[in-house]
Amino acid sequence: MKTDLHTVSNTDNPSWAAIVGNPNCGKTALFNRLTGLHHKVGNYPGITVEKKSGRIRNSRIVLRDLPGTYSLSSKSVDEKIVSDMVQSWREPKNRPRAVIVVVDATNLIRNTYLALQILDWNIPTIIVLNMIDEARKKHISIDADELKKRTKAWAVIPASAKYGEGIKEIIETLEQIPDNVRLPKMEPRLVEIEHCTENIAPLEQFLEPKKDVLNHHPRIEALRLLSDDGYINYLTKYFTAAELEQLLSKVTEVKTALKKNHIPYRSLEQSSRFAYIDLYLGDVFKKDPISRRSMSEKADAILTHPVFGPIALLLVLGFIFNAIFSWAQFPMDLIQSGIDWTSAQAGAILPDGILKSLLTEGIIGGAGTILIFFPQIIILIFFLSLLEDSGYMARMAFMMDKLMSKIGLNGRSVLPLLSGFACAIPAVMSARTIENRRDRFVTIMLIPLMSCSARLPVYTILIAAFVPAGYIFGFMPMQAAVLMGIYFLGMFTAIFAALIFKKFYPSKSVQTMLMELPPYRMPLARSLWWQIYDKGKSFLTTAGSIILAISIVLWFLASYPRQAGDQQHTSRERIEYSYAGQLGHFIEPVVQPLGFDWKIGVGLITSFAAREVMVSTLSTLYNLENDSGQSQSLIQAMRKDRYPDGRKVFTPLSVLSLMVFFVFAAQCMATFAVIKKETNSWRWPLLMTGYMTILAYVSCLLVYQGGQLLGFI
Amino acid sequence: MREIKLADLKPGEEATICSLTGNSSGNDRLRELGLIDGTPLRVIKFAPLGDPIEIKVRGFYLSLRKSMARQIRVRLRGNIEN
Repeated sequence: MKTDLHTVSNTDNPSWAAIVGNPNCGKTALFNRLTGLHHKVGNYPGITVEKKSGRIRNSRIVLRDLPGTYSLSSKSVDEKIVSDMVQSWREPKNRPRAVIVVVDATNLIRNTYLALQILDWNIPTIIVLNMIDEARKKHISIDADELKKRTKAWAVIPASAKYGEGIKEIIETLEQIPDNVRLPKMEPRLVEIEHCTENIAPLEQFLEPKKDVLNHHPRIEALRLLSDDGYINYLTKYFTAAELEQLLSKVTEVKTALKKNHIPYRSLEQSSRFAYIDLYLGDVFKKDPISRRSMSEKADAILTHPVFGPIALLLVLGFIFNAIFSWAQFPMDLIQSGIDWTSAQAGAILPDGILKSLLTEGIIGGAGTILIFFPQIIILIFFLSLLEDSGYMARMAFMMDKLMSKIGLNGRSVLPLLSGFACAIPAVMSARTIENRRDRFVTIMLIPLMSCSARLPVYTILIAAFVPAGYIFGFMPMQAAVLMGIYFLGMFTAIFAALIFKKFYPSKSVQTMLMELPPYRMPLARSLWWQIYDKGKSFLTTAGSIILAISIVLWFLASYPRQAGDQQHTSRERIEYSYAGQLGHFIEPVVQPLGFDWKIGVGLITSFAAREVMVSTLSTLYNLENDSGQSQSLIQAMRKDRYPDGRKVFTPLSVLSLMVFFVFAAQCMATFAVIKKETNSWRWPLLMTGYMTILAYVSCLLVYQGGQLLGFI
Repeated sequence: MREIKLADLKPGEEATICSLTGNSSGNDRLRELGLIDGTPLRVIKFAPLGDPIEIKVRGFYLSLRKSMARQIRVRLRGNIEN
């Protein structure tokens, strides 16, 4: 995920507005509409996991997008971002000019809860009835004027982030809010429940003198103090130690009184707010009766059917893996011939020498080779975005939750784990939506076992070179089947790893796992495009920076030092004499038992910068070694390569071992860094690296040595 | 009518929430989603592996684990529109 250059601090710009809403209410899509930016949106709760800001188009107002939340009492890390921000509004200098509460117009009742909580901060609040187009289709009518009148919101604007409806009006309304507007302090928007008010009175009266300091209604403070033991931390700085003492004893006193009257004090705010919604706002919008079967429900009759559901799930996954191979074939061939042509042209124009060698063998042979995998990565990202935006991802979580619970996780781990197939970094960040800390950390530990797109080039080249192109069972392409198998290896290992975590780090609390199943939606082409664009750009940037740099360094290491009488030696002897050759031979004893030669050893070291560097490394080494003068593809070179004693370097067994190594090894500095950041400790990233490295080494040892014992080569 | 557990309902059955008896943090979240006493709901289905359970409540579809559904006491209702 990215942060923007437009980011401003709370204080240095008074013209900012916050944008809040339930998860999956289209908040980020609206934010993108208003700012012209293109943050990731999805049809899955919890896509926005951090604060982002951007300037509204043609305006000086800065908009801050916050993670989706159902209420202001936080349960998970991303929700805490919202409640902490809202709590800071007690100080006038932190108050935004306005708050935009985005509500899903098709789901108004539930969304209104958060809106009421926000309204009670007495900051100009614009309620945006998003997805109004969908609501109209469902014949849900909403009286916006009446809603505004009753809730005393600044404005209620029907809008559609999808079609751009209402966007202009939102911007105009924001612009027209005068600077430093002070709203009269209004009564809280809740229904008083009999007996409660009198029981709570002592606490409310105690808070009353602080009303202007706290900037929040004493009754709401009282209700929050009763429901959440941690809430007091937000108030400490406004009270002296003695006052705090008194406050705490008042809380206990009131709790005792409520308990005596059999009033469930923890849920008073929820009950009284929903009573307000039902009784006072009930006739403003037409409800969606529970007996009505929505289109999505009808679709789910098949898609989450006990038998057809899992079959559909497997078919979807199989289709995606096959597409990665078959659809990408043509563009990949095209890029390959483009690179060959460029290399040949450069070779023909440049005189023999260092420059030619650097350009053709180092740069084009190294970094250029990586470009070939661009189409596959785009296809993978496309399908993952499609699963998410359509709403199918949530169904996958629904169907797999039981399995996940068996291994001590929950359905919410499904999205981070599946995102891990694209890249571990956003995946680790999306684990923030998991409420339980233990589950969140274990999920993070498992994400690197999901084969990310950077590993795809390594798998592809090995599969293309050494797995025949035939079919198994007559219909499943063998190469796609092997690829799927490699992905499954990572997934199954994650299951075992989760079980081990469950044994040594068991979950203390009861699992809740509440998840909304959003309606199926047609993915927005715009949103799909930006997701592909962002990931594609980052892939090409890596290729153009890190991989290019490593290719050049590697070319140097593999070309120098030169021996005296250089010309008499073959390329092979020269490269073995070089720094890279020396390095490779130095670690060869370590990797030899796994079936790897020194060139692969060098690749394993360089791929710590980024996994796909493995391919460019091998490509550079083989290019330099090749003295036939004829250009040869990496695949041909790998097939032909032999040890001095005549054995082939790449046998089915060593190829398998190498793929297994890439499934398990924690070769990614960026993942290490993001885990360090997200867990705020060295322990977890070190644990990840430790367990995965041991796992990789031992598994490859078993595969290679065991395979040889069984008579495979 | 008798109170039963939400987890014991069959797909398609409609019921009204009587009380939430479970642990507090899960209940807080359920209540924030609008599952308060008196709220009508309909059971859609159980996931292919038998857990979690999907319900429709207050106009949206919610998936929750059976362990939690066992802590929600409901009263069956006839086919009345809410």
